Amino acid sequence: MKRDALVAAALCALVALVPLAGEAYWLRLGTTMLMYGVIAMSWNFIGGMAGYPSFAVAAFFGLGAYTGAVAQKLGLPMGLAWCLAGLAALAFAAALGIALLRLRGHYFAIASLVVAEVLRELVNSATDLTGGGMGLNLPLPAMRSVQAQAIFFYYAMLGVAALTFAAMLATVHSRLGFGLRCIQQNESAADMLGVNTTYYKVAAFMLSGVFVGMAGAVYASWVHYIEPPDVFDVLYSVKAIVMVLLGGAGSVFGPLFGAALFLSLEELVWRRFLEVHTGVLGLLIVLLVMFLPKGLLSFSRRLPRASKQP
Amino acid sequence: MLTLQILANGLVLGGLYACIAAGFSLVWGVLNVINILHGSFIVLGGYLAFFGYVKLGIHPFASILIATPLLFALGYAIQRALINRMIAAPVLLTLTLTFGLDLMLSNAMLAAFTADFRKLILEPPLGVATLGPVVMPVDRLVAMILALGLTGLLYLVLSRSRIGRAVVAVRMDREAAALMGVNVKSVYAVTFGLGALMAGASGPLLAMIFPISPLTGPVYLGKAFVICVLGGLGSVPGAMIGGLALGIVESFGTLWFGPEHATTLSFVLLIAILLLRPEGLLGRKGYA
Amino acid sequence: MSGPLLELRGVTRQFGGLKAVSDVSLSVPQGEVIGVIGPNGAGKTTLVNVITGVHPASAGSVHFGGEDITRRAPWQAARQGIARTFQIVQPFPEMTVLENVAAAAMFAGGARFGGEAEREARAHLEFVGLGAAAGQRAAALTLAMRKRLEFAKGLAMRPRLLLLDEVNAGLNATEIDQALELIRGIAARGVTILIIEHLMKVVLSLCSRIVVLHHGELIAQGEPQSIIRDPRVIQAYLGRRYAQGGTPRHG
Repeated sequence: MKRDALVAAALCALVALVPLAGEAYWLRLGTTMLMYGVIAMSWNFIGGMAGYPSFAVAAFFGLGAYTGAVAQKLGLPMGLAWCLAGLAALAFAAALGIALLRLRGHYFAIASLVVAEVLRELVNSATDLTGGGMGLNLPLPAMRSVQAQAIFFYYAMLGVAALTFAAMLATVHSRLGFGLRCIQQNESAADMLGVNTTYYKVAAFMLSGVFVGMAGAVYASWVHYIEPPDVFDVLYSVKAIVMVLLGGAGSVFGPLFGAALFLSLEELVWRRFLEVHTGVLGLLIVLLVMFLPKGLLSFSRRLPRASKQP
Repeated sequence: MLTLQILANGLVLGGLYACIAAGFSLVWGVLNVINILHGSFIVLGGYLAFFGYVKLGIHPFASILIATPLLFALGYAIQRALINRMIAAPVLLTLTLTFGLDLMLSNAMLAAFTADFRKLILEPPLGVATLGPVVMPVDRLVAMILALGLTGLLYLVLSRSRIGRAVVAVRMDREAAALMGVNVKSVYAVTFGLGALMAGASGPLLAMIFPISPLTGPVYLGKAFVICVLGGLGSVPGAMIGGLALGIVESFGTLWFGPEHATTLSFVLLIAILLLRPEGLLGRKGYA
Repeated sequence: MSGPLLELRGVTRQFGGLKAVSDVSLSVPQGEVIGVIGPNGAGKTTLVNVITGVHPASAGSVHFGGEDITRRAPWQAARQGIARTFQIVQPFPEMTVLENVAAAAMFAGGARFGGEAEREARAHLEFVGLGAAAGQRAAALTLAMRKRLEFAKGLAMRPRLLLLDEVNAGLNATEIDQALELIRGIAARGVTILIIEHLMKVVLSLCSRIVVLHHGELIAQGEPQSIIRDPRVIQAYLGRRYAQGGTPRHG
């Protein structure tokens, strides 16, 4: 654990130096990478460690974004708004987790997928509070320059990422992490061995929500304007999954590595195939899912009846 | 009477929904794959009908005969080439795979047809029928009858034909079926093809009633989810019941909450059902 | 401790119209080794499932150490000192043998995460003879070794009551003898054992009392020698089982 923490600290220091280069493009890219790093690591709590195929990330991100945005509109300072967003996501994840984590496999996946849609519609309808389909403008932070702003948000996102990583590191080396691994390997056996599976799963689900919520709020403040289809986009969930698959759920650095790698690929694609961007992204996803080393499949839930290739 | 009219609307809608969901439910029940492409298959079928009518004068009802084999072939090919490799993979991966494929297909359709909503308007229009206190546009009525007919046909194929029985056998117990000499890979490909076929066939029917656009794909997919949870996986009668139930719920929901909330309502229903009965309303435990 | 360790009062478990377990009452004092036998489908595993909380009892109650545990969840039963093994062995496949046992020590046994759990796990692995395999993946073990892993996990749970469900299925004669030794060793430590078995030789050599289930009902209980002579039991079994144990069959 100490070694991982040291490596992380070194990485963090390196990453913190990026703004010194000054270029707006790298700052933007870096902030986006850090954001996706948070999302990927967060998904790993419930998807990788506990083994539940959650697509709820988009719901947490959107919820966090709108909570932060609305809080700021109502006068709350940015930092506080972000914390509030994190808390809102935490509470929502707790309630949702208790409700949904009894479901198995497909039904859980579908339910978690659908939650983002429901939230999006609710936000869409609550026009008075959220601006509905017309989107929400956030108050601009008082800062010296555009450059200073970019650097500020870069560090803000770095902060959230560092927090998420610390939480992940702590979990992996704790009773909670071990219990989650047991659940992922064989949930009924874990139950019989004395693991309070509901409690552990909900804890993992909450962890998968709180940091994503904060990242959503930071994102909202960063871009100044959000609308429902923007932040409740199920693509966040799908990308998170692909990133973790890419980087490997086994190591603590896997999700981060996967996020960085995937985004680099996406950046290249986006610059060359603007019109068919989504399509090529789809192709990327298909190729990654199909040709990732089979070893990564072992982190997934073990089915009650061993299924072989027909 | 208003209630009767709403009920009738719901039933008509429900018949169409049953057709949408039957193929989806079959694929899920037999292959254990949630096919995100299903919505896009429906839209594709719709576009085939639209352009068939506008450019070539082919009546949408006839388009069904064109769309079905084409989409069957497409589905069969996709399954054989791609999904088959992942068939034993957990839901996470197959779901992500079909999601990626759907991104490709819907992007292709967007590029080819643009996001503009197209409305297929029949010349001359079929008019309106009056059955007692209920008023129903004829095109909807005929669409519903055809939809139910198609669903019924699927049921017959599954229960009478050789390949249909093989499909049902694989759904019940893959290993036992394989031991009995069933070529499971083939069955998977046929099933996926059937799923695509049903989607492609419902496309023209829906095109006559609702505007088409690649953006409507996810909406139909969402309905298919709900119907599967309502009616159970892999069963055609289940899809029928689920479809009719959803149609009625949406019909009354539109009356009480307005049309823009119809989809949200159905999703809330889905979550509510899963909370109360984690295996679905008519579902069997162990098919999750 | 006064009173029985485990007490079942009129326990019934129904699945739809089928009564898998029907009005079973049983009292197990601490330290006893009690055998549960019966033809296939008699409800033996269901009974264990009800005791551990996997299925709630449809009627009746289960008492452990004086407390009513009828509505407790499996993980709660585990923490209270009820351990069980499975007919079809259920390890954590991708985790090491050591981790498997450490998990049991930690979550049911109450050992602290880290060094303490690991030390205990190693001790239990030595006891069952798997010490050398500690670092292997659980999925890589042979069947006999997996069965011993189940024992080690059961022990690590620091149980007061150990429920053994067909631990000898699939083992050859030598392996069965080794398992018998192990079970005797566990009983010597004071653990109360309830053992579901098909093999009469095992049941006769280990148990001080035998209980017979048939179609979910408890049809007989008593000392081993009188049970095998009981006409109701013979009728339920049709005599086929006797061939395995080698005990003389009386008319």
